[in-house]
Amino acid sequence: MRHCFTDEHEQFREFVRKFMSTNSDAIAVRRVMETEAGYDADVWGNLSESLGLPGVHIPEKFGGQGFGPVELCIALEEMGRSLLCAPFFGSSVMATTAILNAGSISDKEKLLPDLAAGKLVASLAIAEESGQWEASDIEMTAIEAGGTYRLSGEKKFVLDGHSSDLIVVVARVPGSSGEDGISFFTVKGDAAGLGRRLLNTIDETRKLAVLQFDSVEATPLGEVGAGSKALEKTLVLSYVALANEMMGGAQKLLESAIEYAQMRVQFGRAIGSFQSMKHKFADLLMDVELAKTTAYYAAEAAEDEADDLVAVASMAKAYASDTYYKVAAACIQVHGGIGFTWENDTHLYFKRAKSSEVFLGTPALHRDRLITNWNA
Amino acid sequence: MTDVSEESIRSEVKAWLEENWNADLGLVEWRSLLAESGWGTPSWPKQWYGRGLSAKLSSAVLDEIRQFGAIGAADSGVRMLASATLMEHATDYQKDKLLHRIITGEDSWCQLFSEPGSGSDLAGLTTRADLDGDNWIINGQKVWTTSAHHANYGLLLARTDWDVPKHQGISYFVLDVTQPGVEVRPLRQMNGHASFNEVFMTDAVVPANMLVGKLNGGWQVGMTTLSHERRLADGLRPIGGSGAKKAKGKIFSELAAEVKVAQEPYRWYPQRAGRPDLTVSRARDTGALEDPVIRQEVAKALTIHQASQWTARRARQAQRLGRPPGPEGSLGKLAASNVARAAALAHTLTSGADSMLKGEDGPKDGIIAEILLSVPAVSIAGGTDEIQRNIISERVLGLPKEPRTDADGPFKDVPRNIVK
Repeated sequence: MRHCFTDEHEQFREFVRKFMSTNSDAIAVRRVMETEAGYDADVWGNLSESLGLPGVHIPEKFGGQGFGPVELCIALEEMGRSLLCAPFFGSSVMATTAILNAGSISDKEKLLPDLAAGKLVASLAIAEESGQWEASDIEMTAIEAGGTYRLSGEKKFVLDGHSSDLIVVVARVPGSSGEDGISFFTVKGDAAGLGRRLLNTIDETRKLAVLQFDSVEATPLGEVGAGSKALEKTLVLSYVALANEMMGGAQKLLESAIEYAQMRVQFGRAIGSFQSMKHKFADLLMDVELAKTTAYYAAEAAEDEADDLVAVASMAKAYASDTYYKVAAACIQVHGGIGFTWENDTHLYFKRAKSSEVFLGTPALHRDRLITNWNA
Repeated sequence: MTDVSEESIRSEVKAWLEENWNADLGLVEWRSLLAESGWGTPSWPKQWYGRGLSAKLSSAVLDEIRQFGAIGAADSGVRMLASATLMEHATDYQKDKLLHRIITGEDSWCQLFSEPGSGSDLAGLTTRADLDGDNWIINGQKVWTTSAHHANYGLLLARTDWDVPKHQGISYFVLDVTQPGVEVRPLRQMNGHASFNEVFMTDAVVPANMLVGKLNGGWQVGMTTLSHERRLADGLRPIGGSGAKKAKGKIFSELAAEVKVAQEPYRWYPQRAGRPDLTVSRARDTGALEDPVIRQEVAKALTIHQASQWTARRARQAQRLGRPPGPEGSLGKLAASNVARAAALAHTLTSGADSMLKGEDGPKDGIIAEILLSVPAVSIAGGTDEIQRNIISERVLGLPKEPRTDADGPFKDVPRNIVK
């Protein structure tokens, strides 16, 4: 896209935004977030059939739209803006990208068309009790006996893991450590020996599950023991995707806070006329625009498979995390007492911001990764 | 001129240079030729040493002069603000007297706007101009005047009516700063450099025909100057053209002397920006990058530095595509302050105790000390961060202005600083 979106990108954005405003307003978000599934099957079906979004970055030969990371991130920015409750991030971003990166041709032919059509919903189970997502943090082992692999242990913080039809699990070969022996498997949601529990999350719009594996039969996805590169690649795109999703929410919150400051009158003036407010907004605008640019830059780097992708993906994730949370906290502050109520929508975003801040790694961890991978 | 192609303009100027360029001429002699031909300032009108060319064709001409290895019109410092302002507001008498010597570099200029009592609030200035026969008598003090010690003329804002609202009683003059009533003193900064001056005017004289624009219409003229100042930013453009370094001849030694004087005030400006380009490499080379706390701060500085560069590029690209200007284009100055502060913090942590040392004792031959002592200027010079935030919140975000008590009544009744 060369540093700024094309007209086609902007049209695509408009298209997605229109869908979100019709199907994921605050009333819908509040209704859906209280359900166990955490999403509206009709909206998911509609989003899949009329927009084809679950297949946005799946190649056409596997039934997808054949677009790349830039379009994926535009869709996510709009979803983040409207707090869409759907298995999009868990299934269409994380699990789908894992299959694209780790799966064999036949795995892809088998799984991707249904994922692209939204008929199959998958999740990606990486983190465990320690809440870390990188290869070296994975302890679950896959035991092979007579050509059959079995998984035992626990996976935690699995996005939409309680409801998905299929779970992509990252485990390791017994005796391996670090990046060696990393393997991808698929497990059916209703597999014998699999226990799934919905975790009690502060962000009700984002459902996380803990999964107990008791010798669960698992199907290898790609070559067993050779998955560390695929895991890294999948995580890197997920960081970029999450950064863009976060910036959609941050932008929306900034607009909401400014709108309120123009309307709310105290001491005979709109509170937005006080410099204490104006200066806060100028600073927030700077962070939002700079963090958005960084997220866009990272999406472009993913599209181009640029040399600095690993570094800038973490840069984007860290900056978006800090900024989204900063804007969310400020938006509550600007609203004053009303901002602390359940009735006001700000807390819905605040919770998404807090949850996204640490999901897939804290800002501090990503800044560390940035420096490790910065080559200039 | 609209039907002239860039190609034909380039070949025309090249032919003229082949005919006229001579490195053994004196600098003023050569630039007089430029003035007469109109090639030195091609965007100026034909009757005033120019060719009336568009900005695009004009920059093609200047590029051709550079490529040829010849020297262009004098263009450093405040003289560009002077010529742009004079072109728009001056009388023919003033243009005739002043413009030619701007092109040749014979005259240097300074800007006499800011005062000790009026910084962000420029319209609160109290330097006075009182008419006495055919002369204006000037009394007052200016500050932050770059290069006043070798300037011939100053662009002066002074108050000519105290009984009207503050913006309506200001006039714009051209002041001869070499006269006895003008005293220029260097102003030493906290970083030890003295790039600016204080200028004291005691019964200094401006002939009545050196009023620029209308009497009491100086605010509007001043805005013209400031808009060009923002356009030309920090005066950090390369001065003197590419030929200056490699070529020999009388003219180039004269140019080198001119460039040296013009660049002197700006030597510390890269350090003022915090040198974010050095943060990662310094932390890596010193081993500080292995410290997890320092690593975080270096990463933060790196992030905001890269993000602000990419944001500027995003804004430029959008502009190129003809999109309406978005908020990302208005944040550069505020972002630069944040970049500088983040970089200064990273440098401090990286250097540790050595951050206390300067000069030859200091890290990186004193560059780190100069960074730490220069960064505080970046959020003040050319509009404080606070004023930037007002501008962003009002013009970009559409928030209401704060009510004012100083703008409507007579200026004489507005509370102001007591200046000794």
